[in-house]
Amino acid sequence: MSSSAAGHQYQPKTSVGKITNFVDTRVGGSAIVKEFGRKIFPDHWTFMFGEVALYSFVILLLSGTFLTFFFDPSMAETHYDGSYVPLRGIEMSMAYASSLDISFDIRGGLFMRQVHHWSALLFVAAVSVHMLRVFFTGAFRRPRELNWVIGGVLLILAMAAGFTGYSLPDDLLSGNGLRIIDGVVKSIPVVGTYISFFLFGGEFPGTVIIPRLYVLHILLIPAMILLLIAIHLFLVVVHKHTQFPGPGRTNDNVVGYPVGPVYAAKAGGFFFIVFGIIAAISAAFTINPIWNYGPYDPSPVSAGTQPDWYIGWVDGALRLMPGVLGNFPFEWNIPLPWGTNTLSLNVLFPALVPAGIVFTLLFAWPWIEAWVTKDRREKHLLDRPRNAPTRTGIGVAGVVFYCVMWAAASSDLIATHFMVSLNDVTYWLRALVILGPVIGFVVARRIALALQRKDREIVLHGRETGRIVRLPHGEFIEVHEPVDEYKRYKLVSFDSPEALTAQPDVNGHVSKGEKRRALASRFFFEDRVAPVTPAELEQAHSHGHHGEVASEHDKASISSH
Amino acid sequence: MADHSHGSPENAVTVAKPGQGSVQKFQDPGLPPHRPRLADTDPRAEKRAERQVGVLFLISILGTLLFFFGYFFIPLDQTIGTLRLQNLLLGLGTAFAMLGIGVGIVHWAKTLMPDHEIAEDRHEIRPEADRADAEKIVGDILEESGIKRRPLIRNTLLGAGVLAIFPAIAIFRDLGPLPGDVLRQTMWDEGVRLTRDPSGTPIKASDVTIGSAFHVIPEGLNESEHKLEEKAKAVVLLMRLNPESLNPSPGREDWGYDGIVAYSKICTHVGCPVALYEQQTHHLLCPCHQSTFDLTQECKVIFGPAARPLPQLPISVDEEGYLVATSDFQEPVGPSYWERG
Amino acid sequence: MKALSQRRRHPLAAIALLLMGLLLTGGIYAVASNANEAKAQTSVSASDIEEGEKLFVANCATCHGMGAAGTEDGPSLIGVGAASVDFQVGTGRMPLQMQGPQALQKPVQFTEEQIQQMAAYVASLGAGPAIPSEELLDTSGEEVDPAAGGELFRVNCAMCHNAAAAGGALTRGKFAPTLEGVTEKHIYEAMVTGPQNMPVFSDANITPEDKQDIIAFLKIIEEQGSPGGADLGSLGPVSEGLFIWVAGLGVIIAFTVWLTSRSS
Repeated sequence: MSSSAAGHQYQPKTSVGKITNFVDTRVGGSAIVKEFGRKIFPDHWTFMFGEVALYSFVILLLSGTFLTFFFDPSMAETHYDGSYVPLRGIEMSMAYASSLDISFDIRGGLFMRQVHHWSALLFVAAVSVHMLRVFFTGAFRRPRELNWVIGGVLLILAMAAGFTGYSLPDDLLSGNGLRIIDGVVKSIPVVGTYISFFLFGGEFPGTVIIPRLYVLHILLIPAMILLLIAIHLFLVVVHKHTQFPGPGRTNDNVVGYPVGPVYAAKAGGFFFIVFGIIAAISAAFTINPIWNYGPYDPSPVSAGTQPDWYIGWVDGALRLMPGVLGNFPFEWNIPLPWGTNTLSLNVLFPALVPAGIVFTLLFAWPWIEAWVTKDRREKHLLDRPRNAPTRTGIGVAGVVFYCVMWAAASSDLIATHFMVSLNDVTYWLRALVILGPVIGFVVARRIALALQRKDREIVLHGRETGRIVRLPHGEFIEVHEPVDEYKRYKLVSFDSPEALTAQPDVNGHVSKGEKRRALASRFFFEDRVAPVTPAELEQAHSHGHHGEVASEHDKASISSH
Repeated sequence: MADHSHGSPENAVTVAKPGQGSVQKFQDPGLPPHRPRLADTDPRAEKRAERQVGVLFLISILGTLLFFFGYFFIPLDQTIGTLRLQNLLLGLGTAFAMLGIGVGIVHWAKTLMPDHEIAEDRHEIRPEADRADAEKIVGDILEESGIKRRPLIRNTLLGAGVLAIFPAIAIFRDLGPLPGDVLRQTMWDEGVRLTRDPSGTPIKASDVTIGSAFHVIPEGLNESEHKLEEKAKAVVLLMRLNPESLNPSPGREDWGYDGIVAYSKICTHVGCPVALYEQQTHHLLCPCHQSTFDLTQECKVIFGPAARPLPQLPISVDEEGYLVATSDFQEPVGPSYWERG
Repeated sequence: MKALSQRRRHPLAAIALLLMGLLLTGGIYAVASNANEAKAQTSVSASDIEEGEKLFVANCATCHGMGAAGTEDGPSLIGVGAASVDFQVGTGRMPLQMQGPQALQKPVQFTEEQIQQMAAYVASLGAGPAIPSEELLDTSGEEVDPAAGGELFRVNCAMCHNAAAAGGALTRGKFAPTLEGVTEKHIYEAMVTGPQNMPVFSDANITPEDKQDIIAFLKIIEEQGSPGGADLGSLGPVSEGLFIWVAGLGVIIAFTVWLTSRSS
């Protein structure tokens, strides 16, 4: 910059150089090119889910903008006179009528509606899978804790964006969904009724809820998502991407492809691929057929009334909670000095507690794990899920907990499609929502430990080739082919923390908190499988007959590279 | 295989102990040697890859043309069949246009762009010296502002700031009216006729045969000013069963008429319409969360998340033989709320 | 699915067996004795009632009792009307194969003629809803309004049968079936008779013209299909969510694996 200001000593020769010079002397873009042009991004298929979420969000913005040009978020009454015969002449709101017009009378409108809704479902799904990837590989650890929290907030915002959009067409299905929200809000102690009246501008359904949700849906929530995505990506650049451990990949470097040209081409091309997949789905598969549901009316309801999938778990929790257990009702009338007040735990408990548990643990997890391990070093190398068995088990427990509630939201469809009793489905799922996470934890942790043992076997004795060889003295053995040093390093280079006993502080005193931490540490790391050491490998090779066979192969396979 | 160590804590010999030095850790062999791709060594493979990318971009062009064909040459003639065809063509056109570009670019990157993995060093997010400088700057700023030394300024500012937030909350007061006791009242009153939903025609007691279920709104609802709000509270399900099957509690014997009973259709759980009437079991089922109410026990909850019976609407017959309400509901309908009591 | 449903739950297998035996003998007898009667018979004659009674005694009386007065295993059929018989037997629900939460649709066991004879017999026992005439089922008229039918369908039927008539669950293993492929006549008869746990929608509740509107609505949505492509069972957000997780994410994961793999 200073040299150009001093007297334009830099004389570009190529046309690229001229453009660069023009831009750089005016906005100073060369720093950005220097920073990003050859920045390294590691490549792994599980690292793509964040991109899927980002691209679905871009598609949501594009298709959503199209829809706003035709959608009228008004609850004023009208009589439909569009092309769809089975609704002609029916009284409905402008919101519903204009949604029908988008579907039936605007060319490409139905396609855009389907693109918008399918990408909304994909957006939340991609955010969820991305977070699961980050959790199970330990990518939330220092220095990325705050970015993990931002991701959690983005998940909540994605759900909010989805729900506000789901309600906009003012059809029967989403109207009953809003009615459920109203019922849940009313169960909040002290302020619930007031919130309900402020939200709906009076009694449910009122005439203001659709325009209000519209403003939230197209302005406030997308703006917040956009802002947080910007911060999220900025922090990814600051931290540099994590990578799986392997030969040449350390905690102090990042190995992969440069942004220009390979990574940019792959990431850019992937946007078109995601768009193409969504377009193909929208071409051939109906989503949210609002014309089936009819306009919202507080009297009718359709069998199979469910929210979109990402709200399903809360709806499922509402279904699982018994209103009366034996003779014990969960709705209490509490006599207070000024009169009797009602506390509806049968609504409040399932609406708040499962979501509260899931999100509290989610947000606090990076600090919980740091507290247990006392390890506050920067972690840029990921864990394979099997190499963190307890974390993997806890994650699976959470997934099972979520999925049981999710399944409960479709209990009626499970009943009709598997020809079982609706009531039995509910009883089973009630048991599973408590037992399932425990079973899931134990099984997943055991599987992780077993896979670690298998890795040890492969390192120590090689891969089973399925080739049976008869030795001179008549014995049959299966030839084990040893792994090469690169593959072997991949299998042995991981951290395997041991349970850390309670440590005394400077005064030699062991605090209660420290004892609790030691207990947690034992729970986490008591069962562990250590990585193979060179000494062990040596020992394995120097004894046992198949070891001899293997060691010959070992030399051969390494020298062949 | 009994002699294989499984790395369990009991096999302490084989478990790596911290501090045993690098002999207990494998050496990092470094990045694996680069393996050339077909296109790197075989010019014919390179040419082939180039052609493939070109074909993929051509497919994209065809996809865009397909989109235009669907958009301009399929007329929307108000039939569902053509709409479905148009949607399919627009969608497939877009899909091919996008996938052609996307797959083409990625194939190009994978086969023809360099595939050498490069290592880049990580650095501390910021040097520690910077952090110390920042700490000093912030400290100096606080010191120079004097906010620590002048508690009067600090405390009054804090108070002013906290209080200034409240107008931003209070200004939303007019989002809606206060609840008052509107949730306790519905359109039903003594003498209001029960009418069919949605037509609003009155119902004679003789119309209601055993096993019937009528979806009912109060007379005059369709003309009411706040139709949907009133309907959301007032909808009723009218059923007739054998009078012996009903077991009215003391004081409610005359709330029905000859086996005809009317119950609020709004679920006491979170407010879905409880409209599924099983005429043989006399159960009412809510399709949203499966709360089940037993009509023969005054709609007591027998399954599901609801905790209260459905409110019953006391009904009778007027001199013309039409069903009428004898009063409003005796309790608020719908989901519970704090002030319900 | 249907074959599976038929084999579920058989607490009264003996009765089912007995019924099947009776059905076999009765069926052969009925076919043999009716072989030379006129086919297109619409008006009810005394001989129809007589033949119907024979069929009834052979096939139905085990549960419904002699004279259709009802037993512990089956309700009285006096006063249920011809429409009820035509619906229950004409959709294969009767004769019941086994006791269960509700009678399931099966292949129809009788000829149209035999069904008419049984219907005539049951109708002769007591007044009840008759089989609807052709003009009541004709939805091609000018005054038929499918939109009004749709509104009535949503208020009176959608909570059990689903807004797109795809069916739904009831309590304890019972369910409201899909209405796709159900004939106009059987839809009409179901409304007037209230089979099993379905409430009765008599003409005083929903007029014959309104019933025509409802049938017209159902037939329109059945014929036109979904404008957006495959309807995924018209089951709403559950099938949509399942689809995006399995098919949508599945395809995307396949692409990510391809994208990050090394080219050969």
